[in-house]
Amino acid sequence: MKKYSILNSRVPRVDAVDKVTGKALYTDDIKMPGILIGAILHSPLAHARILNIDTSLAERLPGVKAVVTHREAGTTPYGVSPARYDETIFCHDKVRYVGDEIAAVAAIDLDTALEAVSLIKVDFEELPVVLDGRRAMEEGRPLLHDIYKNNICAEVHWHFGDIEQGKKESYIVRTDHLTSKMQDAAFLEPQSVIAEVDSHGNLTMWSSTQAPHYIQRTLAMALNIPLHKVRVIKPAVGGGFGPKASCSTAELATCLLAIKTGKPVKLTFDREQVFLHSRARHQFFHTMTTGVKKDGTLAFLDHQCILDGGAYASFGIATIYYAGSLLGGPYRLKNMKYDGYRVVTNKPACGAQRGHGAVIARALFEVQLDRIAEELGTDPIELRLKNVMEAGETTCNELFVSSFGMREALEAVRDSAAWKKKRSLSGKTRGQGRGIGAACGFFVSGAGYPIYRSRTYHCTVVTKVDDVGGGVTVSSGAADIGQGSDTVLAMITAEELGLPLDDVKVISGDSNLSVDLGAYSSRTTLMTGAACRDAARDVKRQILEAIAGVLCVPPETLDLKDGKVESLSGELDFSKIREEYLREHKGFIDLPNELCLTFREASRIAFLERGSIVGVGMYRPPPLGGSFKGATVGTSPAFGCSAQVAEVSVDLGTGEITVENITGAHDCGFAINRTQVEGQMQGSMMMGMGEALMEQIIYDKKGRIVNANLAEYKIPTAMDMPHLEAIIVESNEPHGPYGAKEVGEGAIMPVIPSILNAVYDATGVRIEELPLTPERLVAAMEEAKKKPSLQENP
Amino acid sequence: MKKLISLNVNGIAHELAVEPRRTLLELLREDLGLTGTKKGCGIGDCGACTVLVDGVATFSCLTLAIQVNGCSVETVEGLTKDGKLSRLQQAFVDHGAIQCGYCTPGMLMTTTELLRRNQHPKEQEIRKAISGNLCRCTGYQKIVEAIQEVARSENEEI
Ligand code: FES
Ligand code: FES
Repeated sequence: MKKYSILNSRVPRVDAVDKVTGKALYTDDIKMPGILIGAILHSPLAHARILNIDTSLAERLPGVKAVVTHREAGTTPYGVSPARYDETIFCHDKVRYVGDEIAAVAAIDLDTALEAVSLIKVDFEELPVVLDGRRAMEEGRPLLHDIYKNNICAEVHWHFGDIEQGKKESYIVRTDHLTSKMQDAAFLEPQSVIAEVDSHGNLTMWSSTQAPHYIQRTLAMALNIPLHKVRVIKPAVGGGFGPKASCSTAELATCLLAIKTGKPVKLTFDREQVFLHSRARHQFFHTMTTGVKKDGTLAFLDHQCILDGGAYASFGIATIYYAGSLLGGPYRLKNMKYDGYRVVTNKPACGAQRGHGAVIARALFEVQLDRIAEELGTDPIELRLKNVMEAGETTCNELFVSSFGMREALEAVRDSAAWKKKRSLSGKTRGQGRGIGAACGFFVSGAGYPIYRSRTYHCTVVTKVDDVGGGVTVSSGAADIGQGSDTVLAMITAEELGLPLDDVKVISGDSNLSVDLGAYSSRTTLMTGAACRDAARDVKRQILEAIAGVLCVPPETLDLKDGKVESLSGELDFSKIREEYLREHKGFIDLPNELCLTFREASRIAFLERGSIVGVGMYRPPPLGGSFKGATVGTSPAFGCSAQVAEVSVDLGTGEITVENITGAHDCGFAINRTQVEGQMQGSMMMGMGEALMEQIIYDKKGRIVNANLAEYKIPTAMDMPHLEAIIVESNEPHGPYGAKEVGEGAIMPVIPSILNAVYDATGVRIEELPLTPERLVAAMEEAKKKPSLQENP
Repeated sequence: MKKLISLNVNGIAHELAVEPRRTLLELLREDLGLTGTKKGCGIGDCGACTVLVDGVATFSCLTLAIQVNGCSVETVEGLTKDGKLSRLQQAFVDHGAIQCGYCTPGMLMTTTELLRRNQHPKEQEIRKAISGNLCRCTGYQKIVEAIQEVARSENEEI
């Protein structure tokens, strides 16, 4: 591998010191003189017609500066996918879930705003609710939206290859099911928004968002303001994991309140509102029939899925496609059929969450592979190794994998977790309370197409050399939401220009700086990283050309390294070229006196020669994917893959599951920052483990969330988490900068199934409903005792 | 009716008139501008708002300002001494124990208390101590490793 001075290292993140000292500013930390506080009126009912909204009492409350409803906001439909714009800023005809937004208030303080909200009177006509996603499509069910016949928001029907042929070739065919529950992303920072309008009618919004560019577009569209008059700034963000990628009513309403009042307005969600707004993981109902040949070669997959998406489409169209398309890898699978339905129900809308759409599908498929391995009498890792794709192959749904360390990752976890030794025992110890399980995963490294139809560049990066010389500033619209993209951009720039990290300033997350589609689909390192590299190279070329011109040497003979200009063709005399620099810095005491030319001098001399030096980099993926309907979703310039082994112990009496350790390996192509890659893997392990064992949104009969808080919606604590071993695999992706591709989401893929497979090993029973709570496990163990013949030989 | 209270925050004495329902979290963030202390839930479930009150790790969202009358409060802004990071802060930086950073201030305060009480906690003691501080980003692995580095050292300073 090429030697780098800073890439592939473990330098601390650029925002680390600000974050350990409390200096980092998150949206709610920002203060402004005269700022008003906003609050939202949420629907108390899951499904009702709005007959009348009376805001007069609220308006008269002293301290209230504005009250807005659909009358002020208008009813321009918006959403995520242009084909499914089904939301309006406020409800006007109906409310569709408990939490749906009806009105908003701006007042001098929070108490007044909340009191005003409580004074808004809404007359409803209650409607029957649809809460069960499996039954939402049935004839005669109440309909949520006129535009969704039978409550079907999207459906996908794909058939690649020929599954009938696959069936004929199969030696084993089996059908299995897996159901999950809606999740909450449970990022620690509740959404917060500040909006302000200046005297020229420019709207600026600060928001804890993952996607400033898309939010800018949505604000402009829904509020009917020219795009260039809208600026979205992302301060430090306390995690997003998907839900913060779509535009929210909080954002739209706060802007509207700022426009109405002419004052800055802040609106911050409380934790319950985070749950109500949701836009997190869908509920999935998967059924898969998989066939393999006698030698273990995969023959076909026939997959049906219903997604319960809650009240609105949000990201759900992409979700339903991802749920099918990402099973195309990481195994060679020639024949695949997929029938997916995304339905709407009277619950908070679901959207994207880490591992978008693919997590539960992956879990079931990997469980199936385990069950098939058992039927074949083969080791489950061997069965997987037999089927894994290699770099250069294309899946049946036309996804091309240009680099692919799947085999290496599987072998790495197998060896590191002492799989062979431990697993060889499990034949004898199956069902005795200790278990080990494995699984793999596959994920995009950046969506191949933007959400709106366009040839738009997916990102641009502008790097400007300080006119005074010395350092550079990298400007990018990319959104660092905690994953560390600012650090990646700084490291890439420092590497290219031979600068210390401290001389690279990164400003980002501002729609004024550049177009960047945002932090979703694990795209930033590959796409913005590539643009950033090109911007730095552009800068470097210009500096070296300027210096070469003065020195009368060919620019190819010069390089930038270790903060200096390096000559590749023997020693050069810099005394002449630095004369002017020395003259203009008379009085400075830190003047260069070395034989070499420092970057500080070179960059200033380049400015004297040519004026401001600005480098630009852009990235747009090449056309990707097939020509079938929905072929764009799942395409990516590169694919990450991962493998994992989990070990569990189970109390066979209480059903309590302890995850003893997790060993994961992820192919990220090339680790720009090794610590950050491991951090993404470990965070994925935690989120996946939570989903496997404890996380579920619980609704009552009226569609109200009964556990909308972080005590009853349990996420893993430090006590729940085992030691997490993260192994980095580097396959050198040809389409990624320096060979890099994703890690942020792909690493979650094998987590749930490796735990499910380990729990089976420990207990001898299979569970078809997530999360795998002690109650469900005990019930399944009891059931298995009653009819042992139906379970696989324990 | 507002009540007059006096308290010491990070070594600085303050006298303030506060509403009886004002929380310590609001007092710190809004009245004193110490926004390093975070609010993740407001009801004692997440630990993001943890500060030290007379040396004891406390959820500032569940503590009324009037309850800390006469107390000494330490927040994340007070961990740095003479512009230098504390060893614990430095260990968080070096080990990559920070991602989004929203849990970090609370995590640092809880751990500061732990290490003052117990200079060499074992891994299980560390995990137990921070189990009231949720982190959604890191899986806790690098946080635990950072704390372990400080816990291994014989240097009494945290
Ligand atoms: S904000 Fe105090 S515990 Fe969550
Ligand atoms: S670093 Fe994000 S919550 Fe801990």
